[in-house]
Amino acid sequence: MISLEVNGNKYDVEVNPDVPLLWVIREHLGLTATKYGCGAAQCGACMVHIDGKAEKSCQVLVKDAQGKKITTLEGIPQDHPVIKAWLSGNVPQCGYCQPGQVMTAIALLNEKSRPSDDDIDDSMSGTLCRCGTYHRIRRAIHKASAMMAEGGKHDRTRTEGEKPKKKKTRRKRSKKTKAKGGKQ
Amino acid sequence: MKGIINMTRRDFLKTGALLGGGLVLGFSLTPQESSGEATAQAAATFAPNAFIRIAPDDSVTIIINKAEMGQGVYTALPMLIAEELSIDWKKVLIEAAPVAPEYNHTEWKYIQGTGGSSSIRSSWVQFRKAGASARIMLVAAAAELWHVDPAACRVKRGFVIHDSSHRRLSFGKLADKAALLTPPKDVELKQPEYFTVIGKPMRRVDARDKTTGTAVFGLDIKSPGMLTAVVARPPVFGGRVKSFNPEKARAVEGVKAVVQIDSGIAVVADHFWTAKTARDALEIVWDESGLSLPDTEALRKQYDGLAAAQGAAARRDGDAAQAFAQAARQISAEYEVPYLAHAPMETLNCFVDLHSDRCDIWTGTQFQTVDRDAAARVSGLAHEQVKIHTTYLGGGFGRRANPLSDFVTEAVNVAKAVQQPVKTVWTREDDIKGGYYRPMWRDRISAGLDAEGKLTSWQHTIVGQSIVAGTSFEPMMVKNGIDSTSVEGADDIPYAIANILVSLHTTKIGVPVQWWRSVGHSHTAFVVETFIDEAAHAVGKDPYEFRRGLLAKQPRHKAVLDLVAQKSRWGEQLKAGRKQGMAVHKSFNSYVAQTAEVSVSKEGAVRVHKVVCAVDCGRVVNPDIVKAQMESGIVFGLSAALFGAITFKNGRVEQNNFYDYPILRMKDMPEVEVHIIKSDEPPTGVGEPGVPPIAPAVANAVFAATGARLRQLPMTADAVLKAIKTAQK
Repeated sequence: MISLEVNGNKYDVEVNPDVPLLWVIREHLGLTATKYGCGAAQCGACMVHIDGKAEKSCQVLVKDAQGKKITTLEGIPQDHPVIKAWLSGNVPQCGYCQPGQVMTAIALLNEKSRPSDDDIDDSMSGTLCRCGTYHRIRRAIHKASAMMAEGGKHDRTRTEGEKPKKKKTRRKRSKKTKAKGGKQ
Repeated sequence: MKGIINMTRRDFLKTGALLGGGLVLGFSLTPQESSGEATAQAAATFAPNAFIRIAPDDSVTIIINKAEMGQGVYTALPMLIAEELSIDWKKVLIEAAPVAPEYNHTEWKYIQGTGGSSSIRSSWVQFRKAGASARIMLVAAAAELWHVDPAACRVKRGFVIHDSSHRRLSFGKLADKAALLTPPKDVELKQPEYFTVIGKPMRRVDARDKTTGTAVFGLDIKSPGMLTAVVARPPVFGGRVKSFNPEKARAVEGVKAVVQIDSGIAVVADHFWTAKTARDALEIVWDESGLSLPDTEALRKQYDGLAAAQGAAARRDGDAAQAFAQAARQISAEYEVPYLAHAPMETLNCFVDLHSDRCDIWTGTQFQTVDRDAAARVSGLAHEQVKIHTTYLGGGFGRRANPLSDFVTEAVNVAKAVQQPVKTVWTREDDIKGGYYRPMWRDRISAGLDAEGKLTSWQHTIVGQSIVAGTSFEPMMVKNGIDSTSVEGADDIPYAIANILVSLHTTKIGVPVQWWRSVGHSHTAFVVETFIDEAAHAVGKDPYEFRRGLLAKQPRHKAVLDLVAQKSRWGEQLKAGRKQGMAVHKSFNSYVAQTAEVSVSKEGAVRVHKVVCAVDCGRVVNPDIVKAQMESGIVFGLSAALFGAITFKNGRVEQNNFYDYPILRMKDMPEVEVHIIKSDEPPTGVGEPGVPPIAPAVANAVFAATGARLRQLPMTADAVLKAIKTAQK
């Protein structure tokens, strides 16, 4: 029996301890935001946070993930500045790599709140996008960084038709997000 | 901590209705679910045509007959309906269409499918008419109820409104009444000057689900009792199983079955990793007898020999050979591009739930009808007993439109063998080595120029495989021995040259080939647009002015070329070490010109700093999606130009995964600028036309920077250094 802590939930899973964490997350826990793309640490579609750091879950054996805090995209608040920036920048195309992109970007921003283009190159180059959304990703990271710094002032991420949220709520939410997105 | 959840076996299927940013993307994930819903709603639902359903709760379901693979059809096609029907976006559901004749492609007639950058073009009238006809019926229903003139009513955001009496009723409230009316025979469409939706950069409706990870791709489908299969396929194309020992595979805990199928040996297990581990443990002896094993070096020699002689003529204007002989200046060159894998981020997969009287298939496919018919053939069921449920596609690029339905056929074969619901999953290695590549091409091309530097002769010989040979598409697409996709972009060059001969040698090689984003243009644009650059330099002319001089009768080519030259500040001083190259190419009825700003390191590494793109795709439905598709095409084309090659040794594919079949990464990403020509022409394609010009634009920039002509892709550092050495001789 393997015990895992994912997104704040504890799971006991009957599984071979040598299976990559990716497949346990997807098939045993049913959390399918984390994707399979290569199985060889090449593409980053399987990116999760382990104790706050971005890790390719296809390279982590499930037994080695025990006792650690694992976060998948399902554990990220929907109003996280990175998600908001992604929406306002209309980033996704086929969308398959985007969970990995978002998780990598959040980890980067947790480490460096105002990343330079070089920082983005360094952190994001392990996460492939076949549709070529890279420059929208870069823009969205800068935007999320600005949003996080200014506590949600740059929020223009309303979906067509949605009523604007009260500014007060937004600010409060952002703070919460920031705290939760921070190092655990 | 929210408590302990015991995860033994759970039904994860109930992710059916996925909340997405005020817009619900509905997938019917089980047959029971979908038929149940249909019955419950049938009574009061207004379904004026195959594309729209309006329920009493005011929800508007738009049924899309195209695959959403990143190109934005789930956003752009509903925009066409919304333009005529004025719907409330918050209440729109998108549903993937089942296979039915009413969902057939309007141009392809007999099949439902997505490809050829044709979705908007082919749905442009159909979807607007669907919206308009729904509007007319809803208005008629309201007018009848209110005893007023329908002409005095209007629609706005889900309501029919009668202004003079201040009455309004929602579409949902009118649904049962409208459902009793006969759809109008013909409808008048809005004049473009009144468009309020078309032309707006509406945000993608799938953006939220895709950003938060709730979008369901084929690989994410899960069903109670579902097993997973991983297949061992022959190491060479055409190979067969001679014998195999399943014991080691069977010994892996969780393996349910090891079965031989047409395409190899399938290992079926409780989970993916079990199946993969057991697959890798299989001992198989393959029969390779009688196969001519492809080898890239040998193919190059064979193709080169063929290219020396003229092939079947695809275009003949004047007498190109004679004009060449008489030319003041003659140039000629050989070009080559390799096999390429599509490598979508989501590897191929297909879930099949097969019963004696029905077969349900969940997969990301571009070819619903073809796949359904193939599944019916394999399962022995009637067409109407097979249902295709199209999920989101984690990239397609043509690979998921397989004329032979390879990944669906195989998955049905597996399900047939094990008699249980089973999802067949390909690993990345399976995908890279799995064939159906963009063909390798070898070209010989020559040009004659007169004393004034004007092109008088153009002779282009193309050597390579036909992507439709042996498929049901062959009769349609091969005429007089010419596969139109082999010569597209070469037999229709826009330049004014009096004597042109384009000919083709179609080879038969044991490598499965298929359409790959931009199809023939991915190869011909590279050859034509690099060679035209060679011609310009041969007579000492600026490549932009040289092209312009030959495009007097091609205003749309000229317009994108002029725009890109202006926006990229063509010919102006750049940062030290950087040079520009350009290319212009028409494909899928769209015109695209690009410039690339490039530097080359001492080690031969090509760095693309900036790409400027101008596109004329007729009337623009969603400018942000057009931009995104140009950006996407540029990146896709750059991956191929800089890194992409599938090569063969002794019949075996030499590449495995992204470490030896690299694609562009963030650090390689140039700045990209896209400019759209304003046009009132009918809309044309955007999914593919961004790809063809980028390779020649970069190759031409490398020439400008180094004097080295790159006539072979990819532009690896070794190839660039070699070309520089050759140029210096």
